[in-house]
Amino acid sequence: MTDIQKQIVTGFTFTTDTYDQLTQSEVYGKVIGEMAETNPDIVVLTSDLMRSNKTGDFKKVFPERFFNFGIAENNMVAAAAGMAVSGKIPFLSTMAVFASLRCAESIRTDVAYPNLNVRIIATHAGLSMGNGGTTHHATEDIAILRSMANMTVMVPADSIETEKVVRASKDLDGPLYVRIGRSLEPLAYEDDQYELTIGKSIMMRNHGSDATVIACGVCVKEAMDAADELKDEGIKIKVLNMHTIKPLDKEAVISLAKTTGAIITAEEHSIIGGLGGAVAETLADAGIGIKFKRLGIPDVFSVIGYPEELYARYGIDKEGIKKGIKEVLHI
Amino acid sequence: MGIKEFATKEELLDFLDDKAMELRKEIVRLSAIAGGGHLGGGLSMIDIIIALHYHVMNLKPGDPKWPKRDRFVLSKGHGSIAYCPVLADLGFFPKDWLETFNRLDSPFGMHPDMKKIPGVEMSTGSLGHGLSVAVGMALSARLDNEEWRVFALLGDGEINEGMVWEAAQAASHYKLGNITAIIDRNRLSLDGPTEEIMSIEPISQRWEAFGWRVYDIDGHNMETIVDTFDSLPPADNEVPNLVIARTVKGKGVKFMEDNPIWHYSGLDGEKSEEAYKSIEQCRPVRRVIK
Repeated sequence: MTDIQKQIVTGFTFTTDTYDQLTQSEVYGKVIGEMAETNPDIVVLTSDLMRSNKTGDFKKVFPERFFNFGIAENNMVAAAAGMAVSGKIPFLSTMAVFASLRCAESIRTDVAYPNLNVRIIATHAGLSMGNGGTTHHATEDIAILRSMANMTVMVPADSIETEKVVRASKDLDGPLYVRIGRSLEPLAYEDDQYELTIGKSIMMRNHGSDATVIACGVCVKEAMDAADELKDEGIKIKVLNMHTIKPLDKEAVISLAKTTGAIITAEEHSIIGGLGGAVAETLADAGIGIKFKRLGIPDVFSVIGYPEELYARYGIDKEGIKKGIKEVLHI
Repeated sequence: MGIKEFATKEELLDFLDDKAMELRKEIVRLSAIAGGGHLGGGLSMIDIIIALHYHVMNLKPGDPKWPKRDRFVLSKGHGSIAYCPVLADLGFFPKDWLETFNRLDSPFGMHPDMKKIPGVEMSTGSLGHGLSVAVGMALSARLDNEEWRVFALLGDGEINEGMVWEAAQAASHYKLGNITAIIDRNRLSLDGPTEEIMSIEPISQRWEAFGWRVYDIDGHNMETIVDTFDSLPPADNEVPNLVIARTVKGKGVKFMEDNPIWHYSGLDGEKSEEAYKSIEQCRPVRRVIK
């Protein structure tokens, strides 16, 4: 490696005090570059979204391990499968709406069915494309991906957790779908001094036992803020970060259902089949009857607006989550 | 190259024609014990995959994951009933495994599963995916500076799928001359003639326009097939190869030839006997008289 390249490689290393200045995609772009330095099998794929997926730095350092497939996502997914059977570890990126819907069959048949080590970094997930409108909102992807056997589905809460998820993929055998946002979402974590284990949820707030909010993605921070404000009103809430939707941390769900007064789920996804669906299935399977509410996008196509406006519209921001909790608790 | 050495080309071609005859019978037999199979397309592709597996490709049946092997992707996954007997005959797994074809928990069904069948490189069956997978394999070979090649066999109706053309543009964009795609041009898809259902002609010009080198050959003439594959430029060339193999659906069984009702079917004992006789009669004239 030449000195100039080394210098750029050093650019992959970033200090943790800049997390709040980095989008999840930017963190992904840096972490994958760093991981690729020590693992020659890592290749990075995109579909004319290098600038959006923030994989341009990777291309500069590892041009031969970077593949732009143009605006042809299915071909990219199936080619990633071909690379994985040839010993590579492909990290592919496109917008979540295209990954989950357009490429559903390619992911299911070419990647999940043969249980290949393909990592799908689905960007611009949920409502984060805002005024891009319904065509660019991804509100069904968790439901689709978690119904595929062999698939692991993860939704990091913020940029800090995105780094941990991308790094955790190192020890995962089989396909992984990671759903991340678009812009600078507020951090749920104060620092990176915590352990992330795939399939093991994390308690973010533990103010008491009136209710538990089980959240993922941007809703984690919103739920934490909601819990903090409700505490002042005397309503004691726990907040669980369910960063792994599949395999779901069922043990935690059941335990909290038995020890708290209600379960509320919050996600930037349809209320059908996502985190709320997975938690509901777990509770029903366990024979647990409990006050329960799913917060998310109802059974409608989402409208145009800035993400913050849409979070408010669909009741998954701090205020919406507070309202949801009060409704369940009949307060 | 090839599984066996032959003193002369004539002996090689006779061997391959004999294999084709033997395995055509096996396809018919399997369709009977399996309660049905894709006979028409299996019989149209068998000469091509025999030439590939017994002569063209570098393979080690005793070491299915040998890193330097050539890769084969059966993009027309419904050709499983022709492909699996070839792998069995080569010794990738015991022949008697095939007796379970289509049964509950069998490794073998309508479409091949790479996790269950030694020698199968990719699970296929959903049409239009295989060439994209081949692109990924070929890119990997290039990345590792490996000389192995990728062969992908597609059905002719299959190229209706848009994803095939996504792969076609990627293969030429990335200069993947280590890919050879073969189209089993038997002219019939499930509902009838391709040119009535959804026309694919002019195939040559379409692929040439996508930057591929095209060979248009008789897909049942073993000498032509062998000569074509033997004349492929080295794997490090920059133009992907397409072989249009002009074939006959149901080839070798007279009552099945060119008839779409034999796209998927099984045979009873009497019909099977008739099919075996027809296959023997259709074997090309021997080159070496023993």
